[in-house]
Amino acid sequence: MSAATATTPRLSPFVTRGSDHCEIDLVIEGARCGGCLAKIENGLSALPGVTTARMNLSTSRLHLEWAGSGETEAARADDFAQVLHDMGFGAGPYAPDAADQARESESKALLLAMAVAGFGLMNIMLLSAGVWAGGESMSALTRSFLHWLSAAIALPIALFSGRPFFRSAWAALSKRQTNMDVPITLAILLACGLSLWETWHSEAHTYFDAALMLIFLLLIGRFLDARLRARTSMAAQQLAALQVRSAARIKADGSVETIPSEDIAPGDRLLIPSGEALPCDAKILQPGARIDAAVVTGETALIRPDIGETIYSGSLNRGQAITVEALRAAGDSLLSDITRLVEAGAQAEARHVRLADRAARAYVPIVHTLALATLLGWLLVGAEPRTAILNAIAVLIITCPCALGLAVPAVQVVAVGRLFSRGILIRSGDALERLAAIRHIVFDKTGTLTQGQAVPDVSHLTPKDRSLIGALATRSAHPISQALAGLAGPHTIEVVEEIPGQGLRGRIDGSPIAIGQAGFVGGAHERDEAGVWAKIGDAAPVFIPLTDPIRPEAPSAIATLHDMGLTTSLLSGDADAVAQSVARDLGIEDAKGRVTPEDKLADITAREASGTPVLMVGDGINDAPALAHAHASASLAGASEISRAAADIILRGDTLAGLPFAIRVARAAKSRVIENFAFAAGYNMLAVPLAVFGHVTPLIAAAAMSGSSLIVTLNALRMRRVGDYEGPDHPGRHYDPQTINPVGQGALA
Amino acid sequence: MTSLLWLIPVALILGAGALAGFVWALKSGQFDDPAGDAERILGEDDGPDLG
Repeated sequence: MSAATATTPRLSPFVTRGSDHCEIDLVIEGARCGGCLAKIENGLSALPGVTTARMNLSTSRLHLEWAGSGETEAARADDFAQVLHDMGFGAGPYAPDAADQARESESKALLLAMAVAGFGLMNIMLLSAGVWAGGESMSALTRSFLHWLSAAIALPIALFSGRPFFRSAWAALSKRQTNMDVPITLAILLACGLSLWETWHSEAHTYFDAALMLIFLLLIGRFLDARLRARTSMAAQQLAALQVRSAARIKADGSVETIPSEDIAPGDRLLIPSGEALPCDAKILQPGARIDAAVVTGETALIRPDIGETIYSGSLNRGQAITVEALRAAGDSLLSDITRLVEAGAQAEARHVRLADRAARAYVPIVHTLALATLLGWLLVGAEPRTAILNAIAVLIITCPCALGLAVPAVQVVAVGRLFSRGILIRSGDALERLAAIRHIVFDKTGTLTQGQAVPDVSHLTPKDRSLIGALATRSAHPISQALAGLAGPHTIEVVEEIPGQGLRGRIDGSPIAIGQAGFVGGAHERDEAGVWAKIGDAAPVFIPLTDPIRPEAPSAIATLHDMGLTTSLLSGDADAVAQSVARDLGIEDAKGRVTPEDKLADITAREASGTPVLMVGDGINDAPALAHAHASASLAGASEISRAAADIILRGDTLAGLPFAIRVARAAKSRVIENFAFAAGYNMLAVPLAVFGHVTPLIAAAAMSGSSLIVTLNALRMRRVGDYEGPDHPGRHYDPQTINPVGQGALA
Repeated sequence: MTSLLWLIPVALILGAGALAGFVWALKSGQFDDPAGDAERILGEDDGPDLG
């Protein structure tokens, strides 16, 4: 995804037109600090007619309003996006959906419930502390008064703030299931009910403070979890918004109009400029097209489709501009079987049971059995029913999974924050759990281990020829020329003529020189691989192949992964020899070429069936089914849209360097969660015997509950330091372009 | 003992006041952009007042 080839999306469909003004919400890419904020707001406010420019840095959204409500005014949205682009920020339309709004209001409702519970807790603690300190010296009347006051505060607040738990427990029970919220709800209701009964009978102990503390601490966990989900979905949405592309449609009168690619209808004739990707599946309408379908098939050699042949969306036009006929709308255009495979994979992933839920399934029956046994045990030894019930309820209150409710969200919030700060987006909290479990990594080649971009390979030319070709190339802005220009030597260029789509001609030091297509330089013939021809003086023209070099960070990233005890393999749609040579250069043990999407899927399924959880790293459309089916999956920011949609993790900087870090953080997060569960279990083992034998007082319950929650939270905060140590470095194994052959050269020459 | 009769209401009123303040802040959108507000306060000039 290079910024240079991205076309500015047309934003007018997203503009809301009022009676006298227009407004739009944009997602902004790249705004990180107060400086960016001021630059964007001041820069846009200064434009004529702009009345409001308000940036929200937390959600990376910009709200813009400007005067006028006509068609031309609405079209100004694109100018604003261009202004932002010139400042160095990406801008895409923000189209809020119902799920977003639900998430935002849920998060606000949780915050409100938390604040109310906090208020109630403080006041009741004040009263409870009085009762605890007063002890025997307090008159029964005073104590009773304080208890009634507590009840008046606690009951309405517990009913208000406890609603998230009641709702979730009810939903589980009505489906004849249990979850963590069932014992929570039971503990809250029983604690309140018991306390009210005790207050009514002027007894010494009430648990109003425990009930509210339970709600308050658990709401913190809920709120953290909600914020985490909002943050991850926001990040994914931001990437999607910036993907909006435009297409050039040829109208009946032959003129060309730019439309958003969602508006493409089957039968539209589209103009695909050189170097652009097809926005939808399309039929070729003219001869001589040269198509790079690497993103669809993984194959790097160019294909030359005949007229009428179907080319899939995402393929790049590597030849001259061509006219095609759209076969499907852009949204329907992804290969239908790939989409189907991806959907099936998403269902497979949903089968992953989150650690917290697994803990809950084991925990709930044990706790409820224990409470029942306490009740029956006390009745059997001849205690009064009141004592038996009191002790059984004390067991339920003390075992209520307060620390358990905080154990997972606290760790995940810290871990995800850590990954975000390094440019790694993670789709959900349980993706983190799945990532921690992987033992093997399957890589795609093109675009994942290699750069996925055409880089001219001049290793077979003499230094003199290189410097001449480089010197000519400095005179053109074409991407291939730009790549060649680095070779320029000190030469005098006399005449330069550039014919777009053909090539570049000139005279250097008196002799003619040309680079470009076969027909343009003369004496050359078309070849089936990507490249340009160069002719210097009277010599025969030479071919400069465009190759796809290994990412510079790939060797050290893979070495680090091996050091972490992971095994790796490579599956590529490209020729076997190319796959083997890349694997050899990177130290990957096992490589296979000419692999179809179905083969990739079968390989991963076989590995997982034999008990090895696999991480799939890929970027192409052909990787999407494998990404969706693998235990965990990662994609680069420059990957095809469907791959990014299927992946759990997106490496934002378009570099593999973040992968070892992400796995390290995921593993650390998993051990913190397990440690936290152990703390919670250990605390229960200490507290439960006390409760069973009737020694728990409200004071002990309050101290134990807050103490265990504090320990769990502090343990989660240790995550902040994970990954500061990057592991053993590999000084000798970084990519050196002088010693490693560019990828694919052997197979293509 | 009689001190309780006015100390407790005072405590409750103060607490309720703080809660009301928080609810007002939440409803008026002051928690919508914590990151932006933290940066804005450091800015030299006051931007357009937009509530």
